[in-house]
Formats: sequence, structure tokens, C-alpha cells
Amino acid sequence: MQDLNESLDELTARAHAEIEGSSDLAALDSVRVAFLGKKGELTSQLKSLGKLSADERPLVGQAINLAKEKLQAALEARKDALEAAALSEQLKADAVDVTLKGRGQTSAGLHPVTRTRQRIEAIFAGAGFAVAHGPEIEDDFHNFTALNVPTDHPARAMHDTFYFEGGHLLRTHTSPVQIRAMQAQGAPIRVIAPGRVYRCDSDMTHTPMFHQVEGLVVDYDVSFANLKATMHQFVEQFFERDMKMRFRPSYFPFTEPSAEMDILSESGKWLEIGGCGMVHPNVLRNVDIDPDVFTGYAFGMGVERLAMLRYGVDDLRLFFDNDLQFLQQFT
Amino acid sequence: MKLSEQWLREWVDPDVDTLELAEQLTMAGLEVDSIEPCAPVLDGVVVGHLLDKQPHPDADRLSICHVDVGLKESLQIVCGATNVRIGGAYPVATIGTRLPGGLKIKKSKIRGAESFGMMCSTVELGLGESADGLLELDNSAEPGALLSDTLSLDDQVIDLDLTPNRADCFSVLGAARDVAAVNELPFAEPDFVPIAAVNDAVNSITLAAVDACPVFAGRVIRNIDGSIVTPLWMAERLRRSGIRPLSPVVDVTNYVMLELGQPMHAYDLAKLEGALTARMAGPDEQLTLLDGQKIKLADDVLIIADDNAAVALAGIMGGAATAVTDATTDIFLESAYFSPQVIAGRARRFGLHTEASLRFERGVDFTGQVRAIERATQLLLDIVGGEAGPVSEERNTDTLPVRSAVVLRRERLMRLLGIEIPDVTVVAMLTRLGFSVNAQADGWSVTPTPARFDIAIEEDLIEEVVRLYGYDQVPEKFQQSAAILAAQTESRVPLSRVSSLLTDRGYQEVITYSFVDPDQQTILLGDAHDLALANPLSAELSVMRRSLWLGLLQTVSANQKRQQERVRIFEQGVTFALQDNEIVEKECLAGVAWGRLRAEHWDDPKQAADLFDIRSDIEALIALTGASSEFSFIAVEHEALRPGRTARIERDGKFVGWLGELHPRLVRKWNFGQAPILFELETGLALAAQVPVYREISRFPSVRRDLAVIVNDNISADDLLAEVRAAAGELLRDVRVFDVYTGNGIEKGLKSVALGLILQETSSTLTELEIEHVSNTVIDRLSSKFNASIRE
Repeated sequence: MQDLNESLDELTARAHAEIEGSSDLAALDSVRVAFLGKKGELTSQLKSLGKLSADERPLVGQAINLAKEKLQAALEARKDALEAAALSEQLKADAVDVTLKGRGQTSAGLHPVTRTRQRIEAIFAGAGFAVAHGPEIEDDFHNFTALNVPTDHPARAMHDTFYFEGGHLLRTHTSPVQIRAMQAQGAPIRVIAPGRVYRCDSDMTHTPMFHQVEGLVVDYDVSFANLKATMHQFVEQFFERDMKMRFRPSYFPFTEPSAEMDILSESGKWLEIGGCGMVHPNVLRNVDIDPDVFTGYAFGMGVERLAMLRYGVDDLRLFFDNDLQFLQQFT
Repeated sequence: MKLSEQWLREWVDPDVDTLELAEQLTMAGLEVDSIEPCAPVLDGVVVGHLLDKQPHPDADRLSICHVDVGLKESLQIVCGATNVRIGGAYPVATIGTRLPGGLKIKKSKIRGAESFGMMCSTVELGLGESADGLLELDNSAEPGALLSDTLSLDDQVIDLDLTPNRADCFSVLGAARDVAAVNELPFAEPDFVPIAAVNDAVNSITLAAVDACPVFAGRVIRNIDGSIVTPLWMAERLRRSGIRPLSPVVDVTNYVMLELGQPMHAYDLAKLEGALTARMAGPDEQLTLLDGQKIKLADDVLIIADDNAAVALAGIMGGAATAVTDATTDIFLESAYFSPQVIAGRARRFGLHTEASLRFERGVDFTGQVRAIERATQLLLDIVGGEAGPVSEERNTDTLPVRSAVVLRRERLMRLLGIEIPDVTVVAMLTRLGFSVNAQADGWSVTPTPARFDIAIEEDLIEEVVRLYGYDQVPEKFQQSAAILAAQTESRVPLSRVSSLLTDRGYQEVITYSFVDPDQQTILLGDAHDLALANPLSAELSVMRRSLWLGLLQTVSANQKRQQERVRIFEQGVTFALQDNEIVEKECLAGVAWGRLRAEHWDDPKQAADLFDIRSDIEALIALTGASSEFSFIAVEHEALRPGRTARIERDGKFVGWLGELHPRLVRKWNFGQAPILFELETGLALAAQVPVYREISRFPSVRRDLAVIVNDNISADDLLAEVRAAAGELLRDVRVFDVYTGNGIEKGLKSVALGLILQETSSTLTELEIEHVSNTVIDRLSSKFNASIRE
């Protein structure tokens, strides 16, 4: 009995040493088989219990079972440790350089003019302005006559117009859209008309094509004081800061009184941003709106001009060079 | 218009400095473009009187002069000018002076003679663009006096950018009238004492086109002295106003125009044949103008003619043959009123934008003709002498402009401006402008002055009131009006959504010109009728684009030259066409992808974008309509695209656009290297959207059956799928092509197409029998239609 127990202690110690000594799962499994397998050393000892006396059997059996449990626990623990180590090795091996760039399609951006136009539209949409569009090739009536600019009026010289044979022209402003909108909808009306316009002029500060947003409000009691409030709100929303604004008398054939709008730059300079005024009664009459019932205001601004002021662009021509190095700055 | 501040202040002198004055002008609607000093700094330049002049012993063209500059000792100055004479007064730049051109005056030795300064011409002083010798000063100027004091150079030139309605301000008089009104200063219209005739010399005048020329005044002045030059004070004023001094007679007419706003013309009386007539030109008449240009006249052009021929293009420019010269002794002065309608457009037609036409086409005071003659006569007699005849004036009152009273209602004024202005203020402001104002029960009846051509309706008066009241004095008021809700349609895909989709898929938006080069357009799109501009800026921008592709390809090319290796761009805009003589504008959306499929990447195969990469972008676009199944891609050909890689996109059988690879011919021509893939959609039809309609979803499992069919190579996927859909019927949820194979194991001319059929029933789980039935029906259909066989 003493012998047997001693050999069990030895066996257990050897087994534990081998478990601790196994460096991988396969080795560990061999240890398991060697001691706990069908023909394992500890299993053999259990099998040899039968040779002991009935008195010794329970005691020895208990001791062997205890040793087996301990061995099994040690095997489990060793297995966990080896697995953890293996996983950790694997993870180390699988590590990637997360600072490398992602794969797949990259996104791009809108042209700064479109970006600006969309902001303008959104700001006015908040005040119930609908967006109206019209043709870019216009007739003389919609571009000039209906807007109170008769043939040979000196104001026509302000618009360097592109003409086609037969009298059609490229619209010089988006005001004809206002005429069409009033013809279609009558009053009250609140629209803005963004779009491409054309002038026969090209130098440092002029491109033959550019973009305008014009706005029109005709209602029962619309005043110059309302126009000032709307435009001032607009520039503060657009530039996202408090802004000093100035209206000064000017002349447009389609508005009376007329004004130029200036904003005060951060450097203290007045910068022109567009024109506006109270809709000329002749214009209202031309679209069958009674100027004694309705009054209205209209305004027009250059989209490129606003984009330049907003984003600090100092050369108008950049907008139409379409250099990706420029455009990608607005993504 | 350039306005000398000094000159203006002679007429009205408000107690404000130059900057404030400019601010007042701008805020009164006379926009100040710039304020510039009338002359450069000329410290150290003084008046010198020439005491003595000796030829330089060692230089033929130089003289040694002694000049009194107010010091004890005269200065010795070596001078090369030919117009120096003893007793004359000239500007002297003394030692230490830096002239505007940068020259610093030092004591120097010229060919051995010492020189202690320099006598100057106008050019050297920065006071003119050309000069014949030294500037001659008036002898009365004290030696040693500063030139800037002598010439009153402490003056600012205010450049006014006048709007077309303010014709009245094209003169010192007009600007002064407004400045006085703004500053509430009294202002009296000028009144010149008539010059009595000393003889009875007249040249008679006839009005033969009374609508075009209702007033014509004239006067003969005999025996003027042609040797006299324009006095410096007048030359200076003209110079500051941007007009080059020429000769006394011409200078006087220009001076009066600047002062009073009435353009005038002087003829050499000896060269006129008989009476002058203001009439419309005959169809074949010609006239050589002062600038040497010979123009062909027309019957809508007003001229002044003598008994022989046209002598002036009325209100625009005089004729060369009757022009005043140095030899002229007798002149005829013309001061007329020409109707704006008859001048407008004519100057532009002949390419002549003169100071006169600028004023006449906007309107000049039709009561000021005789006043201008009297003023000019007075100036001429003072300068060049001569004997004035009587003023003759022809006037047709019936065709003169009328200044009718305009009613201004108090209520209208308040309603349009949104403020209340006291009656007394309104009356005071309008009165200060010279308007006559009569009170009425609900407002005023106001008659404007003849100088104002822009006061015809009530709103014009309202603008005058608010202009003087101050635009900045009108408070900002929020508007009270009915809420109008803007439409938010779901029946169209918003363009903003489309551009978001494209930018998110890597396309940068660009904006290119709507006009293009006709030759390039033909190369790309073939011959067709181009919509050409009558007055293009250049040949490269002379016809309207028929497609957005040319601008996009040029943009790719430009960026390729700027070393971009990969370009994906799109544009939204209108294309133009002429169909059955009607101009048709179409809203389009187009894109180009050139270069690698994806940006260069450490783990991405270098792969060029091909048609299917771009097609997926279009499919994504199309999916936004909620009606993808309505679209089809048809293999056809297109001028610009590569045969076999071109698709016409249709929606329910109607054309909506193109997709394809640029034709190899053009890839080579434009040096793209790699073929760009292009697409263009007409958004009108392509972006009509379907409002979603809910369809019951099935809670039962779906089943997939895969079939690989072998068909002739020329059978399109679309044709196959259409038959699958027709045969499979209701149970088919979806069908996809998951492989297309040719090569080993497949006979040449055939291909294997693998189809995945997804079947599902909404009310029950499909039985094997049902699945088998659908699958067999499809196989039967494909074999009978396309002679397809099943690949085992």
C-alpha cells in the first residue's frame, strides 16, 4: 500500500512536470494520452485496483481519482494557456498596418458654384421661396421688353448680349424666369431663379458665362423695408456671421426704386454683392398683375461672386478652368 | 464721368471733406468709382521766369538759361527745349526734386556747363501724355511760387460711374444740383449775360426732322485769332475731366459740355455751303468723320447737312471737311437738342462712343441750348476774340419733350417704402431738386425739371424721395404675408440627389461653357446643324454644345496635362439643338471616367475602368427612379463611341441616353492613352420617378435554382432574362446572371450563361414539384427560343 501510494505521488509529479513542459497542444495531448489515455499510466493504476484488498481499494481508488482530477485540471489549464499563447501568436502574425489607406472608391465633391447655389436655395427655401427655371436661349421679349427695357434703351448697353441669327439671344440674367413664373402663377408669388447667364465679355473679372440667383416676391403689401430685412437676413445666414450691409441707390429698368447691395468686409471695405429693388409697375403690368393691388421686390446676385467672398477665391476664371486641384478643395 | 472737386466746389461747396463728399455722392446714387489726386506730388517744382538764354558753346541743340525762381540769384539751367523764350514763365524742378517719372534732379554738368535744375514739360510733370516742349505758364505767376499752387493742383478727380437714368449728372452743373439737394444748400441755375451781337452774320438753320431734332441754336463768330493757345486753367480742367486739350475753339465747346451738360459743335464757317439742315440721311449718303473714318449713312441716321452734303453725324461726331483748324477765322457754333431715341444705338452701330453721344442718348436739358451758346461765346471772346453775330434758334415746340406733372400719393409712398415720411420733408426734398410741387388732398402733383428724363411715374418720385431721405434711413421690417408652401414632388429624382450619388461614387462635378468650338464638336459628334452665336467672343466659343461630352473631354484632357492620372467628372446642364427650325434645350447629365478604376492603392490591382464599372454608376442612378426595370441598354453605334462597346439607354422604349467607350480614333486624336468611358442622360425622361407602392412581403422561404445554359454568343443577356421572366411567371422574385463563360469545353461561337433564379410564393412554402415545374418551363422556353442547351 505504501509502495503504491508513493508511486502514485511520483507519477503525479512526473505527469505535472510533463504537462508544464509541453510546448504545444500536440505535446500536451501526448501527455494526456500517456497518463489518462486508455492505456495511460494512471488509467492502468485504476485498472489495477482490482488487485487490492477490499479495505485498501476505496482509499487507493479515492487517491487515484483525486490525482486524475488534478491532472485533468492541469491539462485544461495548460491547454488554455497554450491556446491563448497560440492565439496571441496568430494575432501578432495577422496584425496589419492600420495607418494604410482604405480600399475602394473615394468620394468627390460638387463644384463650388453648385455648392453655393444649393446653399442659397436652401436659405431661401426656408422662407418659402420656390425654385424656378427657364430656358437659357431667350427671346427679346422675356429678356428685355417685358422687363421694361425697350429696344435702344441705354440699359441694353449694360448687358453685352450674345445673339443668334433671327433675334434669339442667350439670357443675360435670370430675370426672364421671373417673367415666366409670374405669367404662369400670377401673384402672390415667391420664387428664386438660379441659373447660367451669359454676357459677351471676358477679362480678369468677367467670364462670358456665369451664374445668377434672382429672387422675386410679389404680394399684397411688400415694401422696400421688407426687402432690406430679407436681404440682410440672407447675407447673415449665408456668411454665418453678423454683417453690416448697405443699400445704395442705383438703376435697373425693371425695379424702381433700385439699389445696389454692399456688405462690409472684415477688412472694412464695402463689397458689392448684387442689385435689388421694388418691381417696376410696368413689369407687373406686362404680366397682368395690377400694381395697385400688388407690390413686390426683386433681387439678383452673382453666385460666383458670393462663392468668391465665402471661400476666399481671388480669381473668377478658376471656376471654369475646372482644375481638379482647385475643385477638390470644395469636397 | 471724371469730375474735378475744385470745379464742383465752385458751384456748390458743402462743409464736408472729399471722402464725405464721395460718400454723399455714392449714397445719392452717383456711384463714386475712384478718387485720385489730379496731379502727382510736385514739391520742389516752382515757377521760373526766363531772364537770359545763350547757345551752349559745345552743343548745338542746348541753351544755357538763367532763370529767376524768386531767389537772390538766378539759376543757371541747361535746357534742350525749343520753345523757351526770354520773358516766358516755365516750371522749374529745383535741385532735390524727384519728378513723377522717378528722375531726381541734381546739380550736374552738361557738356561742360553747370546746370542747377530742370525746366519741365507736362509729360515730365505727369500732367499730360504728350508735349511739344516746355509747359508755358502764365507770366503773371510769381517767380518761385510752387507750381502746385499756381496750377491749383490741390484737387481730386472724382470718377462717377453714372447709371443710364442719370443723364442730368453728366456735367458739373448736374452733379452740383444733386450735391446741393443732399446738403440742403441753396442752388441757383446759372444765368449767363447774353452777349450782344456786333454784326448780323447768321447762318440759317432748318429743322427737317422735327421729331429727331426739335431745337437747333447757332451763332456765327467772325475773326477769331487762330494763333492763341488754350489758357492753362481751361486745359487743366479739361485734363482733369479726362479730355485732351486740342485747340481753343474745340476746347471751349468741350468745356461748356462738361460744365453745363450741353454738347456743342463748331464748324469752320468758310467750309460750309449755305444753310444747315437737321435731317435724316439719305440711303446712299456718306460722311467722313473727324477721326478720319468714312461711314455709310442710312435713313434712320440723323445728320446735319449743308446745301451740298452731310457735315456732321448729329449728336455723335462732326465731319472732317468742315472741321475747325488753326487757319479758321470764322466759326459757326451748333447747340442742339437731339432726341435720345434717334441717337441711341447709332453710336454703337458706328462704333463711336463719344462724349456727345453719351449725353444725347440719355437726354440733355432741352431748354439749355441758347444758354450754352452764350456761355461758349463769352469764353471764346475772352480767349480768341472775334465778333459774335446774333444767336439764331429754330425750335419746334410740338415735338419737344414734355414735362408732365406726376402724382405722388402719400399712401403709395408709405406702402412701397414701408415707412412714414412727414409731408414737409417730402415737399422740401422734391423742391430742392428743382421740381415744382403742388399739394393735393392725398399727396402731391410734381413736375420735374427739363434736365431729368427719368421721372415719368409715381415710383420714380418715390425713388427720388428715398434717395434723398437716405436708403440707410429705411428700417428693416419683416414681412407679413401668407405662408406659401413650396412643392416637394416625389415624381422626379431631385438633381441634388443625383449629384450626391455621383459625388459619393467618386465623380467630381465640373461646370464647362455652354458654347464650344464647332470644329471640335463636329469631330466628336459628326456633322449636324450647330446653333451658332452671331457675335461670339472667339471661334472656340462660337456654337452651342449639342452634348456635354466635348466640355468634359476637354476638361479630362486639361487635367491630364496637369499630371492627373485619373479623372472622374460629371456635369449637369443644358444641351442645345435645332429641330425643325425650333431651338430645343435639353437638361442633361453626363460623366466621364478616365484612368484607373480606383485611385492608386497599395493593395489594389492596377485596373482600368471599363464600361461595366461605369454602367453600375448609371444603374445606381436609375435605381433612384424606383423603376429600374423600365430601363434597357441596347447595343447600337454612335459617332463618338467604340463600336461593340456602345449602348443606347432607353426607358420604356424611348431614348434617354448613351453609355460607351470613346472611339479609338478619338482616343488617339486627343492623346488620352486610355479610353475614357462616357455617359449622358437626358434627365427630363430619365429622372421621372415612381412613387413607391407597397407590395406584400413573403414570410415563406425563397428557393434558388441555378441553370447554366449554352447559347449562341450573339444572344444578349437582356434577351435571355426577358424570356426567363416571361417563362417563370409569378413565382420568380429575381433572376441574375452569375457567370458568363466561353472557352474550354464550350464550342466556339457559343457561350455558357449561368442564371440564378430566386423563387418565392407569398402564401406558402414552394414544393419541389412547383420548383421543378418553373425550372422546366424556363428550360423549355430557352431551348425553343434560343436553341439553348443545359450545361451539365
